[in-house]
Amino acid sequence: MNPIVRAVFEPGFFTSAPVRIALLAGGMAAVVSGIVGTFAVLRGQSYAGHALADISVTGGSASYLAGIAPLWGFAGVGVAAAAAMDLIGVQRRQGRDLATGIVRGAGLGLAALFLYWGTTSTSTTGATVTVLFGSIFTISGSTAAVAAVFGAVALGIVAVLYRPLLLSSASPELAFARGIPVRATGALCLVAVALAVSLSALTIGAILSTALLVGPAAAALRLTSKPGLAVLWSAVIGVAATWLGVLLAYDSYYWPPARQGWPVSFFVVALVLAGYLLAQFAVTSPAGSRRDMATRQDKASARLNGAGA
Amino acid sequence: MADREAVITAEPGLAADREPTLAVEGVSVRLGGRDVLHDVRFSIQAGEFVGLIGSNGAGKTTLLRVILGLQKPAAGQVRFGGAAGSRRDRGVGYVPQKIELDPDMPLRARDLVGLGLDGHRFGIPLPSRGRRELVDETLHAVGAAAFADARVGILSGGEQQRVMIAHALISKPRLLLMDEPLANLDIRSEQEIVSLLSRIAKERRIAVLISAHEINPLLPVMDRVVYMAAGRAASGTTDEVIRPDVLTRLYGHHVDVIHLHGRVLVVAGREAEPAIGPRDDTHVLHEDHADPDPGLRIAEDRR
Repeated sequence: MNPIVRAVFEPGFFTSAPVRIALLAGGMAAVVSGIVGTFAVLRGQSYAGHALADISVTGGSASYLAGIAPLWGFAGVGVAAAAAMDLIGVQRRQGRDLATGIVRGAGLGLAALFLYWGTTSTSTTGATVTVLFGSIFTISGSTAAVAAVFGAVALGIVAVLYRPLLLSSASPELAFARGIPVRATGALCLVAVALAVSLSALTIGAILSTALLVGPAAAALRLTSKPGLAVLWSAVIGVAATWLGVLLAYDSYYWPPARQGWPVSFFVVALVLAGYLLAQFAVTSPAGSRRDMATRQDKASARLNGAGA
Repeated sequence: MADREAVITAEPGLAADREPTLAVEGVSVRLGGRDVLHDVRFSIQAGEFVGLIGSNGAGKTTLLRVILGLQKPAAGQVRFGGAAGSRRDRGVGYVPQKIELDPDMPLRARDLVGLGLDGHRFGIPLPSRGRRELVDETLHAVGAAAFADARVGILSGGEQQRVMIAHALISKPRLLLMDEPLANLDIRSEQEIVSLLSRIAKERRIAVLISAHEINPLLPVMDRVVYMAAGRAASGTTDEVIRPDVLTRLYGHHVDVIHLHGRVLVVAGREAEPAIGPRDDTHVLHEDHADPDPGLRIAEDRR
């Protein structure tokens, strides 16, 4: 191996089984979160997505007490919370924050209780740390398989509802006028968000999974005016941040202060933020800039005037 | 038959051999114990551009909801080209009022027009030459080709309205319904949109019905008018409807029609007693033909 490659990839990076599973599961979570997150951001449901992330702490801690894999808790409680938000009225512009706030508050209350029981009964902080900050290097093969199924369901929902979701995100009134069942579409989208969040909760942790849901999508919206391309960019940014994060976490094993490695969640979230800032300030969107629009309008009105003369 | 008789009474100048694209036949709606619509009847032929004029609360939106099948009438019925069916089968293109588009939405004008064609379908659209050409052709027809690749959210009001028209037009409807398309447009865009809609009605032989507060922007191009006040409607050519006797009967109290430089002002007149009711206060004007200024001022207030 040549020295530059060795400096970037610590020896054993590609041969380590935990790393391979981390790359696989992390990449999967990033793709699903990036794609589903684009719609969550477009629909103004970033806060709802964040609340679902918070609430998955409840599910994760509950499954620790029940002795089942946390992923089931993340997804189960997330989907239930999504249903509750829809019932309270998350689809209405006025009811959106209210429904989210009520469900999030209730969920976090339970999470506090479950985490307290979990810590006092086992006298270890393992559960808390795993639930809150993820466990990307200790994912079992069977959990990864379940995650793949959840991810496929979430992507399936978004793929099938792609056009109705896009139109009802742009304008619920227009979607309704075209005969689209706007509320059912929105409810299914929220279920997809809950599933995407459960995957990210597994890899980078429940409280950080918003970062993978919202960050790549927000950056992607800066990069393109094409809806399909925005979804693609969001997935690519998410995967890049996750894989680079895994790499850096593996490298950081010999870093100060503790020489025990830095948490991968920190790197992923930091890289997502860097990606957003880069997209926000360094890239001028090709079709989105106002100065560009002004030139277009001048040309258009010149053409109109020319036609009228 | 009662139905045919009704249409003939309402449409004296109509060629009876043609089946109208839209026939509203004696529609009444009661909401909360109040007559929101009372025996409204009119019809629109293919290629006609018709304005649905009335102030807030006159019943315009309720009437549009009945036509769209979203509101069941207490009496009467709506017929499409002589046939009934689901809204999509009927070939009705509809643009609701007050569409707000987010500037951050990654959606180009051409994307929104494409969603007018197949936005209700499941699955991801495959790129197809036919679809692309149809989108381009429709954008061109409404004069939106120049900003086809711009985000819809950053377009001006008039440009967005063109995109909306293309969005509704691409599915080749036989009836195009637009709720207040001229609201919040500057005067120049207002004129451009009105002449565009009139041209589309003629070129594509479709019936166009748009609701508006103001009759004047539509006067030069409107084939016929449906004038609404307090849930009742009068329809016909503008010369037949915008007359003091017809509108006085419609409003239920004395109304004057003032012609001024090719525009009309509809203002409440004074009978023996000034008829000032809660619904009428926007129309109040003394019967003072010598001085049109107060009328002008009131007409501007109503905008």
